[in-house]
Amino acid sequence: MIKNPAIRFDNVSRHFGEIKAVHQVDLEIGDGEFFSMLGPSGSGKTTCLRMIAGFDRPSEGKIFLYDRDVSNLPPYERPVNTVFQDYALFPHMTIEDNIAYGLMIKGMPKIKRMKRVDEMLNLVRLPGFGYRKPSQLSGGQRQRVALARALINQPKVLLLDEPLGALDLKLRQQMQVELKNIQREVGITFIFVTHDQEEAITMSDRIAVFSEGKIEQVGSPSDIYERPATEFVAGFVGTSNLVSGEIAKRATGSTKTFSIRPEKIHLGFAGDTPAAGMAALDGTVRDVVYLGLYTRYLVEIEGGADLVVIEQNLKTTSMDVLSAKGQKVKLSWHPDHISHLGS
Amino acid sequence: MLSKSSDTRPKASWALTLAALGTLLFLHVPMWIIFLYTLTPEEATYTFPLPGFTTKWYGVALQRPDLWRSLTLSFQVAAIATAAALILGTFAAAAVYRSNFFGRESISFLLVLPIALPGIVTGIALRTAIGGLDIPFSFWTIVIGHATFCVVVVYNNVLARFRRTSATMIEASMDLGANSFQTFRHVVLPNIATALLAGGMLAFALSFDEVIVTTFTAGQQTTLPIWIFSQLSRPRDRPVTNVVATIVILITFLPIFFAQKISAEASDTEGEMK
Repeated sequence: MIKNPAIRFDNVSRHFGEIKAVHQVDLEIGDGEFFSMLGPSGSGKTTCLRMIAGFDRPSEGKIFLYDRDVSNLPPYERPVNTVFQDYALFPHMTIEDNIAYGLMIKGMPKIKRMKRVDEMLNLVRLPGFGYRKPSQLSGGQRQRVALARALINQPKVLLLDEPLGALDLKLRQQMQVELKNIQREVGITFIFVTHDQEEAITMSDRIAVFSEGKIEQVGSPSDIYERPATEFVAGFVGTSNLVSGEIAKRATGSTKTFSIRPEKIHLGFAGDTPAAGMAALDGTVRDVVYLGLYTRYLVEIEGGADLVVIEQNLKTTSMDVLSAKGQKVKLSWHPDHISHLGS
Repeated sequence: MLSKSSDTRPKASWALTLAALGTLLFLHVPMWIIFLYTLTPEEATYTFPLPGFTTKWYGVALQRPDLWRSLTLSFQVAAIATAAALILGTFAAAAVYRSNFFGRESISFLLVLPIALPGIVTGIALRTAIGGLDIPFSFWTIVIGHATFCVVVVYNNVLARFRRTSATMIEASMDLGANSFQTFRHVVLPNIATALLAGGMLAFALSFDEVIVTTFTAGQQTTLPIWIFSQLSRPRDRPVTNVVATIVILITFLPIFFAQKISAEASDTEGEMK
């Protein structure tokens, strides 16, 4: 339980006919948190966001905003604002008028709201752009305007629907840092929807991983990465090796399925004795992919399973690693680095 | 626009130029002939070259009270039919674009149908319906008749504009605190304004020179096109009729010209957004 959550989902479902877009979701998002909803398309994360914004209403359950039931309020009566995936700037208005829109609707006098617009333009580092039209701005600049237009209303919660999806990689990485800084500066709760696990891990305080309308796991980025609760999370967030049955028993003494990240596995010579306390399995290198910074090995364990192992090329060159193909090896890891899966 | 791209395109061959010129002449020579014979002193015959030159028919035409009555009537009908079409057409386009309901495609098709149907069919249908409902044929039945095809023009224009506007814009406006009315006023209306203007002008021009449907839906009223039509049986008035035809050409030409210009400009600015 989080104290005084900004957003609370109480057994929320949203069904479109037979399709269960969101099914019996319970969730609490803390005040001032940078919270990400992560999942593949169709997993229900965007529907959850739209229900917080008010564009969609739950079929069942309730949504609370600071302990106030907002489930059936129209979007214009909710103290939340949204940054849309396509920015949705008004093409017939100048940047200034776009940003001031919310204040204009509220009836704030023009002089007062223009002062606030200047503050926002400074916050998103676009001073002097007020008189331009959206069509004269680049994608990254429109993104910032959309952010300013939402933040000027001082919402209690800011919703971001894959806002970086349309930007190129470099700009995206730059905006990730910037968004995080702006969130710290304004101090309000950000709820960020993304399908990009790296983005979620980089920016979030906590992440909820969605799959097929349900939340698979909620936790800090390190929790999600290092202790995936389910097979889905282990597979969706980063790469993971799943080991089960007889082979799992050989490594851990139990047939329970566990996951291990490729970079946590140490690749040793076949005859090596693993260090004290390390779990180990024998195998044969089936494939080697040299990737510059690191090398990816595919190791076949006796008994059938294939494990992916990643090692940084700290002392090795492409010549060394490629010659490893076909060799017998010993894989070892620290027992703390494995994660037992619930389902 | 045209001037920019024409630089890179190859020059038209002389045959193509000739064909284009021929088409233009074919379309426009009759209009020039009408204009030419507004200036003839001979009132009953078309002789070429003109036996003289006079502008007196313009004066004569302007003195005719029946002409003024018809002109005013046509203006009123066109204005009201266009106004009705703007409201109904916008609502219909908004409904078809924004919501998904049973029979949506059929409604869209049925809305467009009146403009494809021969005017005579629409005319008979309206006359039967109006007669069957015991509504007296009057000014308003003409307006109703004209609205059937005016709505289509507005509907098509506005729907096309809606399809080119981002759907999230309306959500964005609501998200920023605007209710439905404020959203319409500040976001939807400015975005469809040029489509409304273009559609409205086209609707006005269509209504202004409509003959067939009007014949079926009018009572004793004579709209301008019907007045011209009735003039054909009075050979002595030919130059006056020609004067009126010239005026109609001008009145129809201007709105169509501006409607085209506006649509072209609107699609240009939208091009920049992408």
